[in-house]
Amino acid sequence: MDLNIAAQLNSFLAAFVLLTAFGMLVQRRMYGLVHLFAWQGLFLSINTAIVGFEAGKHHLYISSLLTLTLKVILLPYILHVLIRRLKLHKEVEVVVNIPLTMLMGIALVIFSYYLMAPVSRLSTLVTRSTLAVALATVMIGLLMMITRRHAVTQIIGFLAMENGLFFAATSATYGMPLVVELGVALDILIAAFIFGIFFFHISTAFDSLDVEQMARLKEEE
Amino acid sequence: MNIYRFVIEFLQIAILLTIAPAFTGWVRMLKCWSQGRTSAGLFQPYRDIIKLFSKDVLLADNASWIFRFTPYLVFGTAVLAGGIIPMLSLELPIASAADVIVLVALFAIARFFTALAGMDIGTAFGGMGSSREMTIASLAEPAMLMAIFTVSLASKSTSLSQMVHVIYSGQTVIRPSLAFALFAFILIALAETGRIPVDNPATHLELTMIHEAMILEYSGRHLALIEWANMMKLFLFIMLGAATFAPWGIAQTGEPAAIFAAFLIMLVKLVIVGAVLVIIETGLAKMRIFRLTEFLGSAFLLATLGMLSYFILE
Repeated sequence: MDLNIAAQLNSFLAAFVLLTAFGMLVQRRMYGLVHLFAWQGLFLSINTAIVGFEAGKHHLYISSLLTLTLKVILLPYILHVLIRRLKLHKEVEVVVNIPLTMLMGIALVIFSYYLMAPVSRLSTLVTRSTLAVALATVMIGLLMMITRRHAVTQIIGFLAMENGLFFAATSATYGMPLVVELGVALDILIAAFIFGIFFFHISTAFDSLDVEQMARLKEEE
Repeated sequence: MNIYRFVIEFLQIAILLTIAPAFTGWVRMLKCWSQGRTSAGLFQPYRDIIKLFSKDVLLADNASWIFRFTPYLVFGTAVLAGGIIPMLSLELPIASAADVIVLVALFAIARFFTALAGMDIGTAFGGMGSSREMTIASLAEPAMLMAIFTVSLASKSTSLSQMVHVIYSGQTVIRPSLAFALFAFILIALAETGRIPVDNPATHLELTMIHEAMILEYSGRHLALIEWANMMKLFLFIMLGAATFAPWGIAQTGEPAAIFAAFLIMLVKLVIVGAVLVIIETGLAKMRIFRLTEFLGSAFLLATLGMLSYFILE
């Protein structure tokens, strides 16, 4: 594989990561969201492997494999089981004004490009151009957590944000040290289990996973 | 040589006029097969057009000149657009005078007059169709221009022939911006040509009609011209997509052999695109009209992302 083609494939996959982030922002169905999340993980994992090939950093292959098992197979599987157990699979979430959310997403992309332009001008790495995309993915994950009201979708937004951070690390410094990455991966896995337990508790306490319900928690005056 | 280029131009328009109905027939035929029905054959659209031409025109008493003039204008713009889009050769005399923006404007003129004609008679369905069509247009046209600007950023020109030239001469580059623009273009083309997730071309239920509602009052040769122009519009959008995103096969020189090869490759592309179109149309259900803002909004989003990724990633 030619290095030039590898760099092009890298930016192509970065574009697809951004596209899946936008897809999650506007997706209404639970299963659709989980599938998009899995796709994003897949693009991220291939991208990491390509960056590892380009830069000759072999530990990136390991983190690519880690991404593949964790974010493409394991986490979507856990979410699937959760959605089925909690009987959310027919639920269609009401999202606040999708076109407006999309425009906000575009504004975030422009903002992160503006923010990252000086940084990527200083960088000498091949992956410097994808830095803005990584930051945009983080911000869109954040936007998703803000605009959604359902606990499961907020968690998926959080996980998408983590995807963006991982992507940023890969494109800014060719990945974090392997020890850190293993630690983060373990954290994410544990977090997923804890989320699962919390979901069950929330849904037994409130009969719903809508976080608006938690407004009832405040004390009577 | 100069006259020869005009010959190619006329050849291209002749191909547009003759093949467009056959392509519509092909799509309908595939659709019938995929739904387990017997098809009326590849040539049924020709028979329809001939039948309509031999019928009398019935005009409402209060029809103005706009109503009578619109079919000819719609037909004329479609033919003119056929002269601009490179289908067989890049050396088109009209193409050098008109770029993609002109092309979009030509489609917009046709749509504007169709909407006026829909309201001209004063029936309820015509007005309803016009209002729906303009709603779609107001969302689809910015997205269409955005997608085209994304492509023209890469080739630094809005002329279609120039775009094809650049794609031919450049080394193989995987461009994320073009991928986004292609997705956006597919969504817009489905909306503009009135295919299934947006409008149902075969509907007989007035309440769900969009395009058909506007032309409900037409009959005879007027209807024949509009139907024919509609078939050409579908054909032209496919040719436009082929020229911008997959131009391989279009002749760069005016040699007869190259033109003939370009013609054969064009037919292959049409067969493939027809099959893809039928898969999309059979797989999807028609969308609620209030969902269309989201559909076309995502087309606009894709086109904008394409443009941004040109600056960020390339």
